[in-house]
Amino acid sequence: MTDDIRGLTARLADEPGSLAFLELAEALRRRGQLEAAHKVARGGLARYPGLADAHDLMARILSDQGDLAGAFDAWASALQLDPMRTSALKGVGFLYFRAGESAAAMEHLQRALEVDPDDVSIRQAIARLGPARPDPPAGVADATPAPATPPPAVTPAADSPAEATPEEPAASGPFDAVDGGERGLLLVDASGLRLGGRLADAPGDPAGDRVAAQLAGVSREAARATRLLGLGAWHTIALESPDGHVVLTPASAETVLVAAREASLPMGRVTLLAERAARSARAWLEEQS
Amino acid sequence: MTTTQTVLDRVTRVPGVRGALVIAATDGLVVAEQLMDGVDGQAAAALTGSLVGRLVRTAEGAAMRPPAFIHLRGDGGSVLAALGPDDLVLVAVVGPDANLGLARLEMLDAASRLA
Repeated sequence: MTDDIRGLTARLADEPGSLAFLELAEALRRRGQLEAAHKVARGGLARYPGLADAHDLMARILSDQGDLAGAFDAWASALQLDPMRTSALKGVGFLYFRAGESAAAMEHLQRALEVDPDDVSIRQAIARLGPARPDPPAGVADATPAPATPPPAVTPAADSPAEATPEEPAASGPFDAVDGGERGLLLVDASGLRLGGRLADAPGDPAGDRVAAQLAGVSREAARATRLLGLGAWHTIALESPDGHVVLTPASAETVLVAAREASLPMGRVTLLAERAARSARAWLEEQS
Repeated sequence: MTTTQTVLDRVTRVPGVRGALVIAATDGLVVAEQLMDGVDGQAAAALTGSLVGRLVRTAEGAAMRPPAFIHLRGDGGSVLAALGPDDLVLVAVVGPDANLGLARLEMLDAASRLA
């Protein structure tokens, strides 16, 4: 057992409710200990059934175990929770490719590219797949031998948490004018795409894209709620979790600003921070247009 | 008086509260309500249920536990939601001059008594 796995196992034993299972199961998968990885991931999924990361992880393990139907279901669950999850889109694309359904594979890869146009691996996979071809008639795909090796660029393992592209600060971003920089701030467009800012979850992994995806269309939803209840235009949504305070406010008609801070910071101060950051984001958006 | 009615009674006594409801978060249906005229309970339940579901998933996306309290503020007032057990959510529609601090405290306490 490597020190890495030993440390993660100890951490999970100390804090069974933590998200350490994600790292541990991934480390085990990478070492080829698929049964152990499956067991750890299954335990984590039971605890966090609404966590797209956990379904994504389970899909990678099942794929490695050769249970492609199970992997497909797990990636589908991940996409239900997070429709813009590129790793799951790539995974499903990979499975369609294996089944000989190149049009469906291309469709999923194209969606992944729309979400993350900077991901070189998706572009490479699309290039390898070539122009979309009509799917073979029903039954032919099953009879077609699967390619011995899938295109490496779309191998689901390539998007493991350890290799995920960090949410690097932009050279010139929407929060340059905010004290403290862009940590804990996000600017999200109406489609749930992150325009700027960074957010990390408790273990310190990038969480901005996951959070942004959940907020697709939230501005319209909030506006509809306040309008139908006779409360006028919406200003803020404040969310109090035991683990943090989050404030959402419209930065423009099409974008939402998210400010997240630890729960010890009073909500009123997080709201002030959100308003300052929204002003900075507005100025940046005007510069971009 | 049932526990739910007691809970609604406590919340609607807070100055500025126009109405309170207990809803089922998953389907956005009204379980019980105590509303002033002009407040559409079914709309409040459906809209708040949907928003709460989205914000719970957002918190999960950031590896946070589900929110205990949510405040949607508009020009002319706010919608407050306190998450209780068993998928129940206590919702209040309040005017612009409501005592939000008191409403929040009452709702957090009252939501924990829902069952």
